[in-house]
Amino acid sequence: MIIAKLVFPPLSHILNWKNIAPGFNKIGVIAILAAGITLLVFAMASKGDPLTAPKGIRNFGETIVEFIQNNVIMQTMGRDGLGWTPFLTTTFCFVFLMNISGIIPTFQMPGNARMATPLFLALIVWFIYNAVGIKHQGFGGYMKSSLFPPGLPKPLYLLVTPIEFVSNFLVRPFSLAIRLFANLMAGHILLFTFALMTDSLLKSVAWLKPVAVLTVAMLIFLTAFEVLVAFLQAYIFSMLTAVYIGSSAHPEH
Amino acid sequence: MLSSILAAGVTGDVAGITYGLAAIGPGAGIGYIVGKAIEAMARQPEAAGMARTTMFLGIAFTEALALFGFVLVFLVKGN
Repeated sequence: MIIAKLVFPPLSHILNWKNIAPGFNKIGVIAILAAGITLLVFAMASKGDPLTAPKGIRNFGETIVEFIQNNVIMQTMGRDGLGWTPFLTTTFCFVFLMNISGIIPTFQMPGNARMATPLFLALIVWFIYNAVGIKHQGFGGYMKSSLFPPGLPKPLYLLVTPIEFVSNFLVRPFSLAIRLFANLMAGHILLFTFALMTDSLLKSVAWLKPVAVLTVAMLIFLTAFEVLVAFLQAYIFSMLTAVYIGSSAHPEH
Repeated sequence: MLSSILAAGVTGDVAGITYGLAAIGPGAGIGYIVGKAIEAMARQPEAAGMARTTMFLGIAFTEALALFGFVLVFLVKGN
């Protein structure tokens, strides 16, 4: 009996994935995996016993929730923002998993390195903080408290109101999206630049080959740095969301 | 002749200068923020947690300005 020879797809197929469906590329798979892993971890964590000391996966879930509550919500929104814990935990975990896929071996593509997901997340945050402001202060009251900060001499409002409008309603979601997207894209570009440099150094003349040691060392350092950037950008996104929601619900004036 | 020499030196990809100029301000700004945060943490160690959190918030805002410049490099080149 003749067994057919095993044919392996070329190595580039590990990195360049073919689209599963029209438009559903590698980043779609990464996003679905990030959301799925978040759901799975917290679904498994919720099955633990709430009355005894947490163990195993429940301990892990409680650590994440306590981190968000103590370091994000209590610092920015105070005690009455604790109702926002599920939303902020989900945002943090989803953004972190999308970021960290940039250094996981067969993905090696941060899901937030293309503008689609950061833009959509920033739009969601924009809708939420505006809706919270309108709900707490009414539409007129919300516009008044955000566009006309109290305590200024009257003629100054001609200058301050357009600045406040642009700053509160246009720059905030735009900068949230750009901050996340550009940090991740820059890290990704640095990683593949050094990887390609190592590869082309190793294929060049013999006296240049030892320089590849330096580029590999830089690549290792950058991979470690990307872990820090992934966590920090997820933390900053969640914290800024909490700051915006808090300042809509309770304007500080 | 001088202008043609100057022009010959400047042709090529000047989009990189965009980011170089954009990184001056946030570089100085982030250095100042972290310096002041270290000073605050050294003066009053029990407020270190609050200072650290506010430092990260400030770094995120100023770094975003540098990153706007970085993204504009690709927008200009992509056109």
